[in-house]
Amino acid sequence: MWAILSIVVENKPGILFKITHLFRSRNFNIDSISVGVTENPAYSRMTITTFGDEKQVAQIVKQLDKMIDTIEVKHLDEHKTVYRELSLFKIKISNASDSMEINKLANAYGGKIHDVKKESLMVELTATPDQIKAFEELIQPFGILDVARTGVAALQRSGS
Amino acid sequence: MNKMETMTGAKALMMAMEKEGVKQVFGIPGGANLPMYDEFARCNIRHILARHEQSAAHMADGFGRVSRKPGVCFATSGPGATNILTGLATAQADSSPMIAVTGQVPVAMIGKDAFQESDIIGMSNPVVKYAFQPRTAGEVPEAVRKGFYIAETGRPGPVLIDIPKDVQQNEAEMTFPDEFKIQGYHPWTDPDIVACEKAIDMLLNSEKPIILAGGGTIISSAFAELQAIAETLMLPVVTTFKGKGAFPETHPLSLGPIGMHGHAEANKMMTEADCVLAIGTRFSDRSVGTFEAFEKRLKIIHMDVDPAEIGKNQTAQVAVVGDVKVSLRIMIKLLLQRAIKKTDETPWVKHVKETKAYWKENLKLHPGEMGAAKILRKLRELLPKESIITTEVGQHQMWASLFYDVIQPGTFFSSTGLGTMGWGFPASIGAKVARPDVPVVDIAGDGSFAMTENSLATAVLEDIPVIVFILNNYTLGMVAQWQRTFYDRRMIGVDQQHCPDYVKLAESYGAQGIRAQSMDELDKAIKAALSSDVATVIDIPIDPEEDVLPFVAPGTSLADMILPS
Repeated sequence: MWAILSIVVENKPGILFKITHLFRSRNFNIDSISVGVTENPAYSRMTITTFGDEKQVAQIVKQLDKMIDTIEVKHLDEHKTVYRELSLFKIKISNASDSMEINKLANAYGGKIHDVKKESLMVELTATPDQIKAFEELIQPFGILDVARTGVAALQRSGS
Repeated sequence: MNKMETMTGAKALMMAMEKEGVKQVFGIPGGANLPMYDEFARCNIRHILARHEQSAAHMADGFGRVSRKPGVCFATSGPGATNILTGLATAQADSSPMIAVTGQVPVAMIGKDAFQESDIIGMSNPVVKYAFQPRTAGEVPEAVRKGFYIAETGRPGPVLIDIPKDVQQNEAEMTFPDEFKIQGYHPWTDPDIVACEKAIDMLLNSEKPIILAGGGTIISSAFAELQAIAETLMLPVVTTFKGKGAFPETHPLSLGPIGMHGHAEANKMMTEADCVLAIGTRFSDRSVGTFEAFEKRLKIIHMDVDPAEIGKNQTAQVAVVGDVKVSLRIMIKLLLQRAIKKTDETPWVKHVKETKAYWKENLKLHPGEMGAAKILRKLRELLPKESIITTEVGQHQMWASLFYDVIQPGTFFSSTGLGTMGWGFPASIGAKVARPDVPVVDIAGDGSFAMTENSLATAVLEDIPVIVFILNNYTLGMVAQWQRTFYDRRMIGVDQQHCPDYVKLAESYGAQGIRAQSMDELDKAIKAALSSDVATVIDIPIDPEEDVLPFVAPGTSLADMILPS
């Protein structure tokens, strides 16, 4: 099971280290992680995605909750959550028609084009990890030169 | 909030500790903690000099387990700090309250690979409950106040306070907070009464219910409550090794510890039970064998102060989160309200008692005069019931579990989680400091004792007369047993070749050393140790071929217990 964990922590140095260390020492893997300050500058929100069965995810949530530096730990239901990831793709352009094709694909996915050069261009795509994966497969034939991804940011929908 | 006063960080540290009721610190000075050491000249806290920082940490741990107040150890930066890591890990594994205060290089030198710099905050992270590194002198009092609170509340554990040298030296306006807030820390949960009610019903509706008492029962000192539940519901009681002595082992309902080297009757009855009331235990592999075999058969009621323990190793049908003493009191109250009190012996209890009697009679013991069982039963016979036992780690530890009956609950302590050889002796020193009025005995093996024997200097010079009781087979005995059992008797790296002579070693430190080679000599030796005002080492040569049995091999279930043939 793929799980999105939303963790509010004290905004202090060293907390990211402790959280990632907990995943390592409890034998869990981090699939993606994103961190940023919240509306209250005293707190940061970490969004961590991970894989595990129900029991394992429940256990890591409890271990995170037990940490003194965590204020709130939630396992988000992805159906009741808005979650997005920002990705940047640098794609090879071999002939003139490539640029047009990539443009079309990017448009279809709501992406933006940056840094258009003769031999490459960059696509910025903010979407769910599944959509990003689908886009990546479509542009694979052109040749992907570099990828950078932010990891998922997520917030629960109101009323859920 | 008290009124402000200007002082150095080092002085604030000592004042804050005095406010916490600290009477002594176990430690070793060095370059980076000299300012705090200098304060011993001006405060009422006693300093007890260890001979290795690991031992200082174990002394603080032993003090903490016995007094249930955090023991304090001091170490300098760099190697002083890294030397306490084993002590922190031991305390963390066994949920022991402890405060370790380390010196650190000055703030501006951190990260520059300075002399005797170590990133102890980073290194210790997985083995402490929490760590503080005050970066200004004014932060010291709050770090101490919060540190003690965290160490001793909820599930206790070790807290590290790492103080850079300039933070110790600098002056600041100090306030010593009475009140404080730690937003992400909720040590206590109120037990769910409905769950307690369910637990009672489940126990009443089971044919073969049993209590499994873990170390949490001892930490919470829920002795009277445990006994009341056991007697009211007529429940046989097994313990984990860490829970040994949570329940008087001389009680008719007591079966003793289960596990890898559990009592035969305890393992047998645990495998026959259909419902277990598990109190303050994490279901360690050493206690329950393979996890799957354990939970498949049983309805489990799990009580623990730590919500993360529920469902970690075993799936519970009923979970009660909260201090187990409080949870048990709720159960007792509910039983009173419902006027439940069992008086008739159920067929199950009758069977349990018969099984116990059978194994008391029929467990094959070493035939020699100086077999482990005879030695430990002699010790039990001569020690007052309130005596405190610590153990090292190895065969002697498991023999102590099998053959030394704890009569007064909460008088038996061992490094059960981390299994730290060398723990027992320094821990006994800490225990004796906490309870100078009772005899304190470290049941030891020669291999473990060799790891921290230089604490004899502390015991002698600081006038802390503990007794070291060495079952000496001049072998790393437990390893040797595994080599005999699983490695076709290829004995590698286990023979200590009669080195050193522990009687002479003891005498060289100014302690009393006695060798006991017969039951008669042992009797005299124990009596001499009990009446001695100096630390005593009793060296008892035993058969190096004696195995610890019963034995549940790793990766098997309690039902697969190997018995003496």
